[in-house]
Amino acid sequence: MFLLVPVLGITVFALAINNMWPMKNHWFPVDVSEHGHMIDGLFNFILYLTGAIFVGTGMVLFWVLWKYDAERVQENVMYTHGSHTLEVVWSILPAATLLFIAIYQMDTWHSEKMAYPMLAGVDNVLGTDDDIRRPPIAEVTGRQFEWRIRYPGEDGVLGTRDDLFTVNDLHIPVGEETVITIKSQDVLHSFFLPNFRLKQDLVPGMKQQVWFTPTTEGEYDIVCAELCGWGHYKMRGRITVESRADYEQFIVSLQEEQQPLKSPIGQVAAQ
Amino acid sequence: MSSITVGSHGHASAGHGHSDHSVGSFISTYVFSRDHKIIGLQFLFSTLLWFLVGGLLALGIRWQLAWPWQSMPVIGPMLFSAEGGQISPEFYTMLFTMHATVMIFFVIIPILAGAFGNYLIPLMIGADDMAFPTLNMLSYWFMWPAFVCIILSFFSPGYGAAAGWTSYPPLSAVWESAPSSGAAQTLWLLGVTFVGVSSMMGSVNYMTTIIQMRAPGMTMFRLPLTIWGMFITAVLQAFALPVLTAAGFMQLMDRMLGTGFFIPEQLVVNNSIAASGGGQPLLWQHLFWFYSHPAVYIMILPAMGMVSDILSCFARKPVFGYKPMVYSISAIAGLGFIVWGHHMFVSGMNPILGMTFMVATMMIALPSAVKTFNWLGTLWGGKIQYTTPMLFALAFVSMFVIGGLSGIFMAATPVDIYIHDTYYIVAHFHYVLFAGTAMAVFGAIYFWFPKMFGRMMDETLGKIHFFLTFIFLNGTFFTMHILGAAGFPRRLADPYHYESFQQLLPMNRFMSICAILMVAVQVVFAFNFIYSMFFGKKVGRNPWHANGLEWSAPSPPGHGNFDFQPIVYRGPYEYGSPEVDTDYYPQIQPPPEGVEPTDPGHH
Repeated sequence: MFLLVPVLGITVFALAINNMWPMKNHWFPVDVSEHGHMIDGLFNFILYLTGAIFVGTGMVLFWVLWKYDAERVQENVMYTHGSHTLEVVWSILPAATLLFIAIYQMDTWHSEKMAYPMLAGVDNVLGTDDDIRRPPIAEVTGRQFEWRIRYPGEDGVLGTRDDLFTVNDLHIPVGEETVITIKSQDVLHSFFLPNFRLKQDLVPGMKQQVWFTPTTEGEYDIVCAELCGWGHYKMRGRITVESRADYEQFIVSLQEEQQPLKSPIGQVAAQ
Repeated sequence: MSSITVGSHGHASAGHGHSDHSVGSFISTYVFSRDHKIIGLQFLFSTLLWFLVGGLLALGIRWQLAWPWQSMPVIGPMLFSAEGGQISPEFYTMLFTMHATVMIFFVIIPILAGAFGNYLIPLMIGADDMAFPTLNMLSYWFMWPAFVCIILSFFSPGYGAAAGWTSYPPLSAVWESAPSSGAAQTLWLLGVTFVGVSSMMGSVNYMTTIIQMRAPGMTMFRLPLTIWGMFITAVLQAFALPVLTAAGFMQLMDRMLGTGFFIPEQLVVNNSIAASGGGQPLLWQHLFWFYSHPAVYIMILPAMGMVSDILSCFARKPVFGYKPMVYSISAIAGLGFIVWGHHMFVSGMNPILGMTFMVATMMIALPSAVKTFNWLGTLWGGKIQYTTPMLFALAFVSMFVIGGLSGIFMAATPVDIYIHDTYYIVAHFHYVLFAGTAMAVFGAIYFWFPKMFGRMMDETLGKIHFFLTFIFLNGTFFTMHILGAAGFPRRLADPYHYESFQQLLPMNRFMSICAILMVAVQVVFAFNFIYSMFFGKKVGRNPWHANGLEWSAPSPPGHGNFDFQPIVYRGPYEYGSPEVDTDYYPQIQPPPEGVEPTDPGHH
């Protein structure tokens, strides 16, 4: 029976990874971002490593249980209190492995959460002192139980009177590095884009930025991943990745709809 | 299994003073008892009842995930007859909040520290009772205000707290944020605080007792690992709990007095502006996890200790690497204080801080790995007897490997971005807490039951209970890893609202069926437990031929525990020693004539 644990355990994972019945589409959702493969790769690396250890310990446990069954063993038990050498070996090996994983992943974490996307400054060279921070393409505000989205409008600046608004409907151009400002109006929410391997909690009182580069056109879910009240489950948004032309068309249609007279309606709605 | 014989330690040196343990009236003997064994049993019965409540709450969750919005059996027609038995989303939110609260604060923590800690510590160290018997009694009776608060919470406006067991503000702190954030949430906070008070009393008592009241010859390195687990747990509680208590009072004040510890400026909740401001929601998360991460170890270290004892006893072999076991328990506790930030990798905490927590979290996997290897070493070369307690202890080892390894995924910060708040996390902590700790607790109940009641539990029923529980628990929880990999989030009343997760419904049905069967199987356990208390096979002092001091006391032990003065000659794991003819060598048994006492436990 203890043999079944590693055997069935591996089977379940194998079926899911290879998309076989009864577990079709039970693995990672399709990745449509440029950095997503780094997270998936890291997951798979840890999966194979821990999988090997899981099978190893599982088999040892099974073998020991079979070999040293009291009904089978005649000779006396091995009277031992341990082995210093073994303890040292099985402390240092996992320690080295864990430390390796810890260091190995730091780059990914850095690019996901710390390396804010920059644009080349006046010298047109990225990585020099006059680089400027890439402006956010939109601002997403979580509130019970919807995503309020604000685009900066013509002037490219958020918080001005030409801002454009949508609810639960975020459009971004494909293939471009995208920065989004996220904040919350009331309680904690979490901005989760499964297909982009992106998640960041929205904390009231804090403005944060997330960034990613979409690679494939299509419509995907925006999921709220932090409990935000009774309607948490229905706080669903959609993110549409489309060509630059379609995206600009979308912005124009918003302008026609929301600012036919360039009235300060945006300013009012922003309050 | 091993044959059952009456233990025969003819130590007839009874009659030394136990005048402080005079037998009183029924009330003072069984209700307001100061006897650690009665208090331990009171904890055991209370927590087992709450275990049932927590399990039923879990079934409610599973029902909704498998058959969303369909009339929930019993509860549906009773509470939601107007909606055709369809539960409300806030009811679902309440279900998982209360399931976690009950299981963590009313089952796992009090059953390990309260029930087994109380029952076993004095018996295993050779003391006649705890250092502070009255404080000990109070530690149990302070659970009752907690019970009352939580029960009232179910019946107060809001009808059960529903802000998650983590109770993150502003959702939990601002009244307008949820219909359930009424008095129910306030009572929840009070209830958890009372549990804290009870645990604190217990932990002070345990530390003092273990340090001060060990029998002659019982050095620290002759203590059973169960006691080491309890000792380190008590230390963790003593140092981490004040922070949670303080945080709980801060949230209470935010709710009741209009302070703003956790409420930021310009909050607009449900179209009304929150009165106070200037606070920081992340502060709660830091304070909460500063306790609640060590609490994870509070919920597993005693279980690890008990499993070590059971494994050694039924492998008929000394524990492999006793001292590395002790050091790794201590290392887990030490590191346990500096890893709380791994619950907050995507919370908005500074990502640089996240890196330091990540490294500490990776390293805490090391002592767990060392323990696992030592358990395998203990089994290696033994003569394994497949009794029910042994099967449960083996299940713990087997399952803890899964729970431990899956932890490495979420320790890796970039991977955690994706799997945070998904069912991957749910799988992980259920493998540690249910498949781990709860299996150890079952094993411990089967193991120490003869000591508690002087009767054996039925082995056949025990094995049925084990096999079915083991199968269904894996059916329920292993599949959660797959859900997590598919990005399936926690805490959604209707995850199928999202297109991304609709294909996962059949698997959820499978899991729910397993969960229902798993809870149903516990009837076998309940029957066995109650039946054996009265009609089980009577046994003597040492039915398992174990070495620990508790097995030299009568079963069940009377007031004052030992009818002789225990003197300890060696560590508790001298099975298969060449010094004696029997395959066990109790701690109190003097070495035979002419044999120099070898003492691996004493340095």
